[in-house]
Amino acid sequence: MLRRFLERFTLTDLFMWLVGGSILALIVVGSFLTLRAGHYTARHWFDFVVFGLAQGSVYALIALGYTLVYGILRMINFAHSEVYMSGAFTGYFVADAMNRSGFLDQNPLLALLALFAVAMTTSITVAVLLERIAYRPLRRSPRLVPLITAIGASFFLQYTFRGLYGSQNRAYPDVEVLDGAWSLGGEFIIQKIQVVVIVAAAVLMFGLYTFVQRTRTGKAMRAVSEDKDVAALMGIDVDAIIVRTFILGAALAGAAGVLYALMFRQVNFFMGFIPGIKAFTAAVLGGIGNIPGAMLGGLFLGLFESVGPTLFLDGLGIPAPYQLKDVIAFTMLVLVLIYRPTGILGEQLTTAKA
Amino acid sequence: MTKNTHFNWLNALRMGLIGGVVALLISLVGMVEEFSQRDIIAGVITMGQTLLFIAILMAGYFAAGRAAGQPGLNSLPSGALAGLVTAGILAVLVVIIPLLNLRAILPNASPALIRILTFLQESLVVGIFYLLGAGAMIGAAGGLINILPAGIRRAVILALFWVGLLGLLQELLRVTLTNMPQVGAVLSWMFGSRGLSVPGAIAVFVAVAGGNYLWASQGDKVQDRIRAQPPATHRAMRWGSIVVAIAVVLYLPRVLGPYLSDVTNSVGLFILMGLGLNIVVGFAGLLDLGYVAFFAIGAYVMGVLTSSAIGQNAGQIVFGPQLSFWQALPIAVGVSVLFGIILGIPVLKMRGDYLAIVTLGFGEIIRILALSDFLKPYIGGSQGIVEVGEGQIGPVIFNTPQTLYYLIVAGCLLALFISRRLRDSRPGRAWKAMREDEDVAQAMGINLVATKLLAFGTGAAFSGLSGAIFASKIGSIYPHSFSLLISINVLSLIIVGGMGSLPGVFVGALVLVGLPELLREFSEYRLLMYGALLIVMMLTRPEGFWPEATHKREFHEAAASEVAPESAPAS
Repeated sequence: MLRRFLERFTLTDLFMWLVGGSILALIVVGSFLTLRAGHYTARHWFDFVVFGLAQGSVYALIALGYTLVYGILRMINFAHSEVYMSGAFTGYFVADAMNRSGFLDQNPLLALLALFAVAMTTSITVAVLLERIAYRPLRRSPRLVPLITAIGASFFLQYTFRGLYGSQNRAYPDVEVLDGAWSLGGEFIIQKIQVVVIVAAAVLMFGLYTFVQRTRTGKAMRAVSEDKDVAALMGIDVDAIIVRTFILGAALAGAAGVLYALMFRQVNFFMGFIPGIKAFTAAVLGGIGNIPGAMLGGLFLGLFESVGPTLFLDGLGIPAPYQLKDVIAFTMLVLVLIYRPTGILGEQLTTAKA
Repeated sequence: MTKNTHFNWLNALRMGLIGGVVALLISLVGMVEEFSQRDIIAGVITMGQTLLFIAILMAGYFAAGRAAGQPGLNSLPSGALAGLVTAGILAVLVVIIPLLNLRAILPNASPALIRILTFLQESLVVGIFYLLGAGAMIGAAGGLINILPAGIRRAVILALFWVGLLGLLQELLRVTLTNMPQVGAVLSWMFGSRGLSVPGAIAVFVAVAGGNYLWASQGDKVQDRIRAQPPATHRAMRWGSIVVAIAVVLYLPRVLGPYLSDVTNSVGLFILMGLGLNIVVGFAGLLDLGYVAFFAIGAYVMGVLTSSAIGQNAGQIVFGPQLSFWQALPIAVGVSVLFGIILGIPVLKMRGDYLAIVTLGFGEIIRILALSDFLKPYIGGSQGIVEVGEGQIGPVIFNTPQTLYYLIVAGCLLALFISRRLRDSRPGRAWKAMREDEDVAQAMGINLVATKLLAFGTGAAFSGLSGAIFASKIGSIYPHSFSLLISINVLSLIIVGGMGSLPGVFVGALVLVGLPELLREFSEYRLLMYGALLIVMMLTRPEGFWPEATHKREFHEAAASEVAPESAPAS
């Protein structure tokens, strides 16, 4: 038994175990030291958690777009981050116009709905064009080709929007209804906007889940993701289903863009890049191709990222740990792909496709 | 048959609409205005106009191509209609910009753009008539090009391309020619104040078109005659061309002058990186998006080891042995290789898109770490490292563009030599086998771990060398020099040149790094054009401009047989 194990155990395995072990040790020791030092009260941790959940629900919404497309086409839609950016960036002009005309303050609900509608429509337009022009002609080509196209499309869209709308940061207007905070008794308070983001994301995700599970189109989508050719034989219009998948993903991304912009105010042409990679991480974390997985992965990543730097690194005496939050997210991506490439909810497909 | 002779309105309209959307995008993104500062033919046509005309010409060309019926009869009106529609969309833009105050949203919808689109006419109406007329004429010209016999068509397109290229590069040519006054005087009539002169443009057009046409008809005979020469002559000719090439390479910086030498050096550093990534992506088929990490590591090792600004108060970093350039260079390359292997081990089992994302993550981790306060005492954080050492051989110090040139050329030649030898030997064949099918390669007895790590290590070595020279060339290192864009840049250049092709790396670097460096206006739109170029390349010519033989075959087979290479077997 032991001999067989030793035969199969290689130097690279040893290396990986060492890396994994030392990262785990770092996390445990760091958390212990931070908690023992006690610089942070329960209120701080509560704030971190709520912020993480809000951030995570935005990630989850974007991650759903990656997962939906991956589930059907087995390709990473690298340009999905730009689909998200286009909605938020275009939404700014609508929000700004409504703010200046006073409509935003008189009729906040209607105005916000209009804002979401515009952002989602823009994202959907971009995604449909993307699918039609860049992806559809390449559906039968070698695997690297659509991926490179997607990278190209990502940069093309980024800099097209930079050219169209300019390169400066734009600040979303202040929505009065969403300002302020609720007190939960004692020292715990919760920002209204964070609650709104979490609730809105939850509603959207529930809607998507119902759509995919209950409707005819959803059923067709699941069939296409199982096997395109057989689905076509069963009378499903595969191209149309793929377009609808892109539309669904883009609508969620557009909504995520507005939620993000309402929370952080700033939008610019580059805003999609980091959330895009994070959302992809979230999708992988939950098991790419798996819809509940993407939701779970997003929330988990958001939480990890907001609590992690302080919890793991502060105790180790690392200055400004918050700068390293992206490092934590990327490290997590790498670790997940190495030790559990099927993700939390273990989609079976990934082992063969990865 | 009745259907075929029918004039195809709808199709021409469609092409015109597509052309119009493209032209609209080019205008609103700001390219037309920015590029209008450069003339292609002095006083006649600017680069911005050329861009629009190309859009209209293409619309006309494709509209005519799809027009059914006898060629000639329907092609011209189809092209003209498509051009008219394209120009019409631009005309609508001209009208609605002032009406809707579009500038508040789209900063490039400016009065300057309107002036360019209406040919600087005072009256808007006259300008729009000019625009529509030009659109129809250029569209018809596109249709005309389409119905020319193939040989002439190729000659005309090539000639137009060369006129454009020479017009773009006239500044560069002029700088070069001032260093060689004898030749310069002869050619000075070709160039006007800001671009080609009219006779110059006509001369270029006629020369290229005529030359191409002659070569197409007579080229085979010339080649046959050369082939018929005895082997001794062949050998002499080959040695002769090698000697000439060496002389040109050695003499080049003197002709180019400091500015152009500097541009050449940038291209050289990218060639070096491209050769490295070519091994990883082109030979071994491992898509690496974090390639800049090794460039950064090479630069930082060189910086830390040679910087003379160290100490708590004297400089940004607290530790530095102040080695010489030549002592630090092998260490920098060695550390890069080490990191190449260390970062390679975790991704050994990953394929395709997962690999791409993880390596992208690695690249970002390295950049964020370099920027963080955490490592600031050692590598300078956002303030970087200054006073990086310079190389020296005897009396020659590598600190000016013209001397650095030789260092970079030496590096490129070394990398080229190693690449070639590896490609044609056992590891090279193993890489290619792995690229085609990992499972089969493993079944054939290829050690995947060693093969992959060798690819990562060699790639990292070239990139580290490039980074070390870069650090010494710039003299200071800042984290923002190592953004993801470098990785994308290098990836684009090997894809444009042709994955796995060594000459392709040179072609790609010249086109994607050299051109934008020379044309300042391009820099703003560099990534936009890269993105578009990647998409267009993948759609139309996935094997690149100078493809490697096997790759070319593979792509054409894939296109020929409709067998679906369905990514991976379904589980």
